[in-house]
Order: sequence, then C-alpha cells, then structure tokens
Amino acid sequence: MATRVAVLGAGPGGYAAAFYAADLGMEVTLIGEEKNPGGVCLYKGCIPSKALLHVAKVIDEAHHATEWGVTFGEPKVDVDKLRAYKNRVVEKLTSGTGQVAKLRKVHYIQGRASIVDPTTLRVQKSEGGEETVSVDYVILATGSHPTRIPSLSLDSPRVLDSTGALDLPEIPKTMLVIGGGYIGLELGSVYAALGTKVSVVEMTPGLLPGADRDLVRILNQRAEKVFEKIYLSTKVTGMKDAETGVTVSFEGEGAPAEASFDYVLVAIGRRPNASIDGLERTRVKVDAKGFIETDGQRRTAEPTMFAIGDVAGEPMLAHKASHEARVAVDAIAGHKAVFEPAAIPAVVFTDPEIAWAGLTEADAEKQGMTVEVARFPWGASGRAIAIDRVDGMTKLLIDPKTERILGVGIVGSGAGELISEGVLAIEMGATASDVKLTIHPHPTLTETVMEAAEQFFGQATHVYKPKRK
Amino acid sequence: MTDLVLPNLGDGVAQGDVLKVLVKPGDPLKVDQPVLELETDKATIEVPSTLAGIVKSVRVKAGDKVKPGQAVMTVDQGVAGAPPEAELRTAEAPKAEAAAPAQVETPAPAPTAPPASAAEPERPRAAVVDIAAARQQGPVALQVSTAQPTAPAAPSVRRLAREIGVDIAQVTGTGPGGRISQDDVKEFAKRVMTSFGSAGQAAAVTGVGAPLQVRALPDLSKFGETERKPMTGIRRKTAAHLSSAWNTIPHVTQFDKADITQLEQMRKKYRSEVEKAGGNLTVTAVAAKVLASALKVFPQFNASVDMAGEAIVYKKYINVGIAVDTDNGLLVPVVRDADKKNLSQLSVEIQQLAEKARARKLSLDDMSGGSMSISNLGGIGGTAFTPIINWPEVAILGISRGIFEPVWNGESFEPRQMLPLSLSYDHRIIDGADAIRFLRWVAEALESPFALALRG
Repeated sequence: MATRVAVLGAGPGGYAAAFYAADLGMEVTLIGEEKNPGGVCLYKGCIPSKALLHVAKVIDEAHHATEWGVTFGEPKVDVDKLRAYKNRVVEKLTSGTGQVAKLRKVHYIQGRASIVDPTTLRVQKSEGGEETVSVDYVILATGSHPTRIPSLSLDSPRVLDSTGALDLPEIPKTMLVIGGGYIGLELGSVYAALGTKVSVVEMTPGLLPGADRDLVRILNQRAEKVFEKIYLSTKVTGMKDAETGVTVSFEGEGAPAEASFDYVLVAIGRRPNASIDGLERTRVKVDAKGFIETDGQRRTAEPTMFAIGDVAGEPMLAHKASHEARVAVDAIAGHKAVFEPAAIPAVVFTDPEIAWAGLTEADAEKQGMTVEVARFPWGASGRAIAIDRVDGMTKLLIDPKTERILGVGIVGSGAGELISEGVLAIEMGATASDVKLTIHPHPTLTETVMEAAEQFFGQATHVYKPKRK
Repeated sequence: MTDLVLPNLGDGVAQGDVLKVLVKPGDPLKVDQPVLELETDKATIEVPSTLAGIVKSVRVKAGDKVKPGQAVMTVDQGVAGAPPEAELRTAEAPKAEAAAPAQVETPAPAPTAPPASAAEPERPRAAVVDIAAARQQGPVALQVSTAQPTAPAAPSVRRLAREIGVDIAQVTGTGPGGRISQDDVKEFAKRVMTSFGSAGQAAAVTGVGAPLQVRALPDLSKFGETERKPMTGIRRKTAAHLSSAWNTIPHVTQFDKADITQLEQMRKKYRSEVEKAGGNLTVTAVAAKVLASALKVFPQFNASVDMAGEAIVYKKYINVGIAVDTDNGLLVPVVRDADKKNLSQLSVEIQQLAEKARARKLSLDDMSGGSMSISNLGGIGGTAFTPIINWPEVAILGISRGIFEPVWNGESFEPRQMLPLSLSYDHRIIDGADAIRFLRWVAEALESPFALALRG
C-alpha cells in the first residue's frame, strides 16, 4: 500500500511537498484555504507584489526616459485595471498549480484542518461539510502572518498590513510605511511609483537590517529620491484616527513629533502560524519564538509529523520552504536527506534590487573570520552603462587560504536574477578561479560576477587595481 | 565585540561536553585565562582565552556539546577598564542587530541580550515596547545566512556521503580549495571499510556496510522501572574505542603465573626509599619496568598494524600505558621512555599520572603514543581475565591478584606467592609461540630481578 501523506498548508512549502510526495508514489492530501494551491506567496505575497513592482519599474523607466530624449506624458493610473492585472497574474499562476495538483492526483481540499491525533486530520471544507483524513505522515506547512502591534492596533481601514496593501484600495496622496525591511520597502516603492508620497520609519539606524551596509548604501541613494522622508532610529509611539487619515506620533531625532498620513502600512515582520487547532494532541513542540521545533530532516518531536517553511523557522522565505519540503518528503520516503544548504539566497526586490547568499561581511566580522572581499562596481560594466543603471555593485567574499567563495552580495538592477550563480558557486565549493575561468556572455550584468572574481586576483579587465603583494 | 571561538582541541577531537564555564558576563578576561572546562575524548581540557577584554555574554552552559570553531562567548576587546554597562550596550546594539542573521543556521544559541530591547535604555510607553517585542520575535531583517561553513562539496556529493554513512566533515578533498569530489567520498569509505585506518574514521562510518550493526534497544521499561542517562564523553569514547578494537583485532589471550615471593620481599625492603622519592613501589611499577625491557627483546610487541598499507610499523620508542580506574571511567595515561627510567622514577611517574587521571587533568598527549599497556586489577581481585588491546597497540598485559599457592619444589609443597598474568595479543602479527615466550620472559623477570638485569 502507498504511504499516505497529508500536507497542511498549500503555500510554496506545502504544495512542493505534496507534488514531490505524489511523484514518489505516495497518496497525498493537500489542505489549503484558497481555491487552489498557492498560499500567501502566490495569493498575497511574492507574486502579486512582483506584478506591481514590475509596473512600478515601467513607470520609473518612463520618467527616466526624458533624460534619453524620449518623453512620455504623466502616467494615468487606473487602479481598478491595475488591480485586475495583478489578480489575473495570481489567477493564472494558482489555477496552474491547481491543474498540476490534479494531474498528479493530489487530493486537494479547500478548508481548515484540525488535528484529531497525529495521523488523523479533520477538515472543515470551505464548500461546507467535513472530511476526515487518515494518513501515515503529516507535513505541517501552515506558514506565517504579518506581525501586528496590539497596542497600536487601530481598527481602521487606513492601517494596512502587506495583504491589505496588495489589494490596492486606492492610490493615496500620502502613506507611512512602518518598518524599513524588505516588505515595507518593496510595497512602499510600489505606492511611490504610483504617485503616493511615501515616508518610511525604521527603528534601527539603517534600512534593511541584516543586509551588508555597502549594499544598502547604494540602495539608499535611490531610496532617498523615491521616498518622501526616511526616519531612521525612530520609533512610532502612537497612532490615532484623524479625519482624513491617521495621525502618527514619533520619537526619534529628525522625526516630527506627529504627522498625518492618508494610509499607514505596518510591515514589521511576520509571525509563524503555529497555533494549529489540535496541535496539543500531538508531541509537537513549539519554541519560544513560536516556531515548530524540528530536526535536520524537519521532523518534529512527533515522529510521524514534519514541519517546513515559515512555521518551522527563519528565514521565512518561499524557496527555503520548498527546499525543506523535498527534504521532509525524502525523509518520509526513507532517504537520508538533511536540510543543510551552504547558502540560502535572499533577494529584496527594491529598485535597485539587493541580493545576497552565504556569508555576509557582518557574519564574517562577527565570527572573526578572515575573508577577502572582491568588489566590482557596476560603473565599469558595459551593460550597466548601456541601460543607464550604474548604481550597482557585485562582491564576492573569498577565503584567502582556499580561495573558495563563501559569500556573494549584489546590489543593482536585476540583482535577484544574478545571485543564483553565486549560490551555485557556494554550494559547489567553487573557487575564485573557477568563476574567473568560466566564460560569461558579453555584454551582460552576469559579467560583474566574473569580474569580481578577477578583481580578487587584481586582474579585472575593466578596473585597474594596483598589484597584490 | 568579538566572538571567542573554540580552538582546535587536538587530533581527531570533533567535539566536547562543557563541564564548567569558568567566567561570567562582566568578568575581565586575559589572554590564556581558562574560560571553559571541557570533557573531550578521554581528557578534561581547560580552554584558554585567545582574547583579552571583558566578557559580554556567554553562549554555552554546562552540559552543552561544543565544536571547534563554535563561538562560545562574546568579548569586548575595545575597553581596558569596565565602562558602564548601559554605555556599552547602546554602542553595540545596532551592530548586534545587523549581525543577528548569523544566528539562524548555527548551532550557537542566540545572544543572551535581546538586541532590540537592549538598544532602549528606558521604555517610555507600552507602544514602543511592543514594537521592540515584535522585532525580537519576527524581525523584518532577512535572516538567510548559514553562518556555519559547510564542507566544500557539491550538494550531490554531500548527499552521497550521507547515504553511505560517511561524515563529510572527515573527508579530505583533493580538489582545488580542498573541494571534495564523489571519488574522495568513495575513496574515504573504501579505506575505512578495508582497514579502519583509525578509530576516528571507523566512528565516521555508520549505517550501511558499517562494521557494527547497532541494534535498537528493546523497550526494557515493560519489565520494570528503568532510568536512562546519557553517556559521558569518556564513556562514549571508551565504548567506541573498545568496540572498534574488539571488532578489528583478532584477540588471543595467554595466561601464566609468576612466582613473586622474592619480589614481594624486595618490594617491602625498598618501599620506604621509593616513598621518600614521592612514589609508590607497586607491582604495576615493577611490571612496567619489566615490560619496558621485554619490549626491547620482543620488538613485534612494540608495533602497530597498518592493514591498508599492508605493513607493520615498529616503534623505536618504549612508552608504557597504565590503565587507571577513575570515578569517570577507565583512562590509560602513558609513561614515556619507560626503558630509560629506573624503577624509582617509574614509581613516581605512575603515581603522578594516576593522580592526574583521577583529577581529570590528563591531556590527550598524556594518553597517546603507547607501546603496550598494563591493566592491573590485582588490587581488587580476580584470578585471570581477557583484557582488550588498547589499539593501535598490539598487546596488553593483564595482572590479577597474587595469592599464596602450594608449589611443588621437587620434594615438598612450598607456599609461594603466585601472580596471575593475562596477555592479550594481536594474532595478526604475533604468533602463539612468540606470545608465550614473551609472557614467560616477563614472568621470569618478575621472579628473579637478576634475570632482568641479565637479559633486559
């Protein structure tokens, strides 16, 4: 008899697990809240935000074209049509996953599941009625939700979280983004491009805590133009409903004591969805931060239950979830798979994009590791000059002894597409020579990775660097 | 702020258990000052600091397993004196936050001071506290770094290693930058399977094809109450070491007895002299002296077997291991150059090593490089036993309790004190006849110190 697996949660972790389990011949039930598999990522996260960011980029480039001698008129934005476009993107992708689920004979149930015991789930179907699912294994992939600030919770339609912001209620005149992390900056950029005067408030002294400062510095140059105001080292101490918006009080140098905004977007992080109904009937353990505890195979303290994705720990990234999905399914299939990536890439889809993988300079410093950093400024890249986007930099963190590439950091237009080469280099244990000796196509931005490697040897074609001693 | 990283603990020591943390946050720290007491392998090691400054936070506690390279504490090197706590915290908080991602995939526990709240000297309003709390629990910062450097091997190679039960961290890569190829992994597995080149390597192979089929323990609690306790580091290592020796060495044990009536008289006579020198003139000390001489006469007992290289390695030094029973388990310190020391010197040194062993102060060096070992259980009793060879040695001498027996002297039975000897030897390179010749030689030397002077 085939192994029976239920996957609770149908995001990029859950559906990847379900599909792979089906490919391995298991009998799979996938439970999600939406009509089709997709989860937050496809329905109200990565994908719709990228659709909107694409539009934002086109608007920005159209503005910019004036400098190249091509002038377009001021853009007219039809919000309803824009929202419809975004929804079409979501619909297209999620109906695709739904199709693929059918083809793989994955039993998809739209509904909410509760745990009866470690191998039995009861699903309240969205269409009405109940279904009991008996299985050998359960994979918990319940994801995360935006963090709320209870004492600042203002029950106002003008205070949005990322989900609300993606719904594009309107194009406000002014907006405050609370949180200078990737979610706030991405969505803030969208609204800014659509014409909203967006301000950002961040508690720490810099945007994008966690990213190396040299990367963020280049983003800052543009962010300062795109955003109305950026308040760093500033706390929001209160919010109250005003006649035409929200009045926010601040505490921090350079910030006003109070200011009003049409809308406020709260983007201060995400919390794991570990309060699963009936979880207490299992041996699954939840840690102090609310994540489900798992071992290297993503097995919980209940041996037949696995947890993957946001609910199983940082970083809360879709691609981490889908990789864990395969590890957990391999473990169920009896393989000795373990989740042990050498690098998990992070991409912030601002303009310019920031992407990094493996060791960061901050890590290296913290661990007292000696690394050599080879930087290649995009000002020396033909392609970057041709597209008028020299605001970029590619760097490699290299072990001076073995010359292995330990980390890659890129800021610049399309950095998110460029980072994968770096991830592969790290995973394969590639040396700077390997990258240097790999022919990269000209003229592309990928050459910046090769030239950064050449830079390590002081031999980048397009940069003169005095000889290494 | 700098992390104090656990240094290399010596050859083949992959981890240790923290016994005690010797400093606490706020303590001034000097270079070489001991900061941790670790139980590794068979030694208890005091880990010295490589940094000077002030201990900011300690990231390990007693009972934790730690590995070389792991950050065990954070040290503020920038300050000579101890500045006010608050000042320090404000200054370093942003950095701590920015660097926080390093925590994600590392086994090191998170810093004790939550960075977000540490940045705030006071908490004026509830709302502020909440944002801070939210930050701690779900920072917007993308935490993606897998700070622990993995082995330089492609994911497919790492997976192959895991499938066949090889610990990739132990494989040496032959590629550029030490990159490990599929062939490196296969070669490593082959070498371990055919030879057990070292205990460390044998331990690195588990699962498929491993020499030891470890069977799951049945549920014993159904027969009555049980209690489960984790093995100590010494016990783990002893178990692995002895299993490997027992499984790889074809053991034969040869028994004999030595008449030590005369020796015992001598021992009594010279005991006080040795005591003055700070030693104890024990049977073990005498046996060590005899063994040191015997090893010169029988070099095949002072050897090691290299099956992979199909060679026998003869040692030109004579170091005698002495098994010591301690509260923490069996330890075997080694007396170096035993052949160059007189009986009094040996007695003193054995005494010192035994004390060091019981105080858990032996270093790994103190316990390696033996030619042959002695296990004397005579103080407790026994008539004979079959000791297990302390690999990579090839023989071990077991001593049981000497008792008076009636011995026929040709005319009558005479009471003689007879010492039972048990010699286990590696039959791959030592033949039975050689073994009994060796043991007879040892017995005769014990019986007549003159024989020792004559032949040794």
